[in-house]
Amino acid sequence: MLRLVSRFHSVLKSSAVGRSLYPSWTSSGSIISNFQRRCASSEPKESTSFCMNLFRGQIKADQVFPFPEVMTPEQKQTLQMLLDPTAKFFEEQNDALKNDSLEKVDEPTLQGLKELGAFGLQVSVDHGGLGLSNTQYARLVEIVGAHDLGIGITLGAHQSIGFKGILLFGTPEQKAKYLPRLASGEDIAAYCLTEPASGSDASSIRTRAVLSQDGKHYILNGSKIWISNGGLAEIFTVFAQTPYKDEKSGETMDKITAFIVERKFGGVSNGPPEKKMGIKCSNTAEVYFEDVKVPLENVLGGVGNGFKVAMNILNNGRFGMAAALSGTMRYCISKAVEHASNRTQFGRKIDSYGTIQEKIARMVLKLYVTESMAYMISGNMDQGSKEFQIEAAISKVYASESAWFCADEAIQILGGMGYMKETGLERVMRDIRIFRIFEGTNDILRLFVALTGIQYAGNYLKQLQKAMKNPSANLGILLGAGSERVKRAMGIKSGTSLGPYVHSSLKDSAELASVAIGSFGSVIENILIKEGKKIIDQQFVLNRIAESAIDIYGMVAVLSRASRSLNQDAPTAKHELMLCQVFCEEASGRIKANLHNATSSQSNKLFSQLSQISTEVVQNGGPLQQHPLGF
Amino acid sequence: MSALRVLVGCKRVIDYAVKVRVKPDKTGVVTDGVKHSMNPFDEIAMEEAIRMKEKKLASEIIVVSCGPSQCQETLRTALAMGGDRAIHVQVEGKEYEGLQPFHVSKIFAKIAQEEKVDLVVLGKQAIDDDCNQTGQMTAAILDWPQATFASKVEIDSGSLKVTREIDGGLENIKVKLPAVVTTDLRLNEPRYATLPNIMKAKKKPLTVKKPSDYAVDISPRQEVLSVEDPPVREAGQKVESVEQLVQKLRDAGLVA
Repeated sequence: MLRLVSRFHSVLKSSAVGRSLYPSWTSSGSIISNFQRRCASSEPKESTSFCMNLFRGQIKADQVFPFPEVMTPEQKQTLQMLLDPTAKFFEEQNDALKNDSLEKVDEPTLQGLKELGAFGLQVSVDHGGLGLSNTQYARLVEIVGAHDLGIGITLGAHQSIGFKGILLFGTPEQKAKYLPRLASGEDIAAYCLTEPASGSDASSIRTRAVLSQDGKHYILNGSKIWISNGGLAEIFTVFAQTPYKDEKSGETMDKITAFIVERKFGGVSNGPPEKKMGIKCSNTAEVYFEDVKVPLENVLGGVGNGFKVAMNILNNGRFGMAAALSGTMRYCISKAVEHASNRTQFGRKIDSYGTIQEKIARMVLKLYVTESMAYMISGNMDQGSKEFQIEAAISKVYASESAWFCADEAIQILGGMGYMKETGLERVMRDIRIFRIFEGTNDILRLFVALTGIQYAGNYLKQLQKAMKNPSANLGILLGAGSERVKRAMGIKSGTSLGPYVHSSLKDSAELASVAIGSFGSVIENILIKEGKKIIDQQFVLNRIAESAIDIYGMVAVLSRASRSLNQDAPTAKHELMLCQVFCEEASGRIKANLHNATSSQSNKLFSQLSQISTEVVQNGGPLQQHPLGF
Repeated sequence: MSALRVLVGCKRVIDYAVKVRVKPDKTGVVTDGVKHSMNPFDEIAMEEAIRMKEKKLASEIIVVSCGPSQCQETLRTALAMGGDRAIHVQVEGKEYEGLQPFHVSKIFAKIAQEEKVDLVVLGKQAIDDDCNQTGQMTAAILDWPQATFASKVEIDSGSLKVTREIDGGLENIKVKLPAVVTTDLRLNEPRYATLPNIMKAKKKPLTVKKPSDYAVDISPRQEVLSVEDPPVREAGQKVESVEQLVQKLRDAGLVA
């Protein structure tokens, strides 16, 4: 899992619409001309994703209201039965500090995990797994995340990405051959994408596979780095360039293909375990492929489809990180609360001081948002949605940064005690640092969120521009869209409101979200009209757009969840109402600031200054300013 | 002797890690919304039965629980550990509050006869009421030998060699089958129910019965007058010297 996988351009290629945008994002191709090309033949397809439509300033509520309830009573009961034994295993058998200092999962624990069934959570029962839905899986990995993220990575690298490709794209024969041994943990899997020269830019991998002379095998050569489980795995999902003949042009070019590679094919070897900051008990190693003979039937998902396979696997796994980190955050909060409610300073328990109270409240707010996102997305996936990649990316970014915040604040509340190894928070902090880096860095994912959404909105704008050329024939489109714009320009609400979807006591918070969605939509529209293709390179602006999108999705997720609790008159409904109100109030303020900063001329000046500072420092090879002492 | 048919009792109790709270009206302890699990001594009984089955010394393990419908969760756990089939004797609400070892042992005895079991394995006591009676009473009603507080059990052609933990050491006894065994803490370390086995356990047979099906009258024979919290420990005092300590003890009338 330790792959700096989806990088900028590559991420963009995996966009929901499923069409390759690659050339236009990288080179001088304009976003608009690209839209023109793609929209020439067909009308834009409307996405069911809330976040996609957010970029048009539209509310598409199907996936967010009401909060998805996807489990059958039987699934719920099964899940409840699985929780206790799983928690008990981690409480009684696993020792996270020991794993951390050994830098490996100790053998009895690993064996215990295999027997527990933890290696095949989502493999079908027919293939020897537990056949869990995404929601059920999320709930179980939350327990793992609360106890030992190093084990979480071992398990996640195995099933969330290592063999997920076989689950998603495997043929019945591939499934029957590989899944039973993978589900039982007899074989461990690894996902091999990242290479020394190919990190965030996944499409630039150099590992190659060519057909053998007799045409029966692919001969695979190359090396992969930072492969989680690389030293343990028997089964590898490997991405490699293969010669691909384009049907239309007849030209042969390199395209990425995914392969299922067994260690016993021969020619597969690995380096020593890497020394890491955290998640130390998980194995991370280089993996080398030297003239590995891979049978034709081990192509996964079709020749030339490797990029799609790679990105789909990652998209399908991100919700699991948000769920696991929810567990981590709960752990940190419990530690902090336990200390704050027992520690007396200046004659009072420290939980009575505002400074500590704000920390605890903010930790819980972030947990509430993270959980809401994680289970909203897992619910959407279980409902069969294929359109969740912006949401999944948002949840990964939000969860990893919130977990970092919680660990940091928990340590701060515990003071010197928090800094001590035996308290356990120090390990958590080291463990979660990687979550902002791997599986698409948060920086790349922010750009992905902004650009995927902008591209989608641009599609619609293009349709509008096309309609302008023949106004009489397209009157309907023009009137519809035009009136929206006119209304917004005049400051009249566009008629898109979240009010009808939320519980009555959340009307005000919903109004804040509705206003944010409206302003967000018009900012995107203005940027598209004003900047066109140039927006691709304006990362200062894109980051602020992404930040706003993250806050808006957070607002909607908690509005939906809190409304459900209020409607059900849950015992915690009043508490959740407060969480929701506070988050919406503060998010609304941040969104206003971010949208303003994304477009105002002052911030434009600021951005170019920041850019220039960096350029000058880089030219100097380090800080440029004179030392305060002058020498 | 052919492989044994084993009956195991699995009581649903408040989880050992839960801090028990007394109800405000002092009629009992709070159970609503409180985490429950299988009585730990019953887990040991289950484990012992499963080990017998793994050694082909037992042919079938029947698990029984008397109590409200949530007992079925406990039974599913027992099935996931390795039980073959389950019997839930449903007793709800007020009736369950009055259910005593006297009633439960009659039910167990009846089931043991109906199912033609050779061995009844029970926890030595439940961690909620600490009665330590059900095993002994069951043996008495069946008029079978009993081997209580077992820390080691060996099957020896038609009889059991049982090591019992008693004050001052270990006692080795031999009982003829059929018999009733109750388990002590050090008999074994129970296994975890694995997730795949939990899934499989959903398909194992579970029969629901009522006490009347076994012609057992469960009207209470005793009445709970009051359930009280243990008295709160009073704060101590620090003394400066031995003289002061002796004085304090004298004042309290503890030394002459």
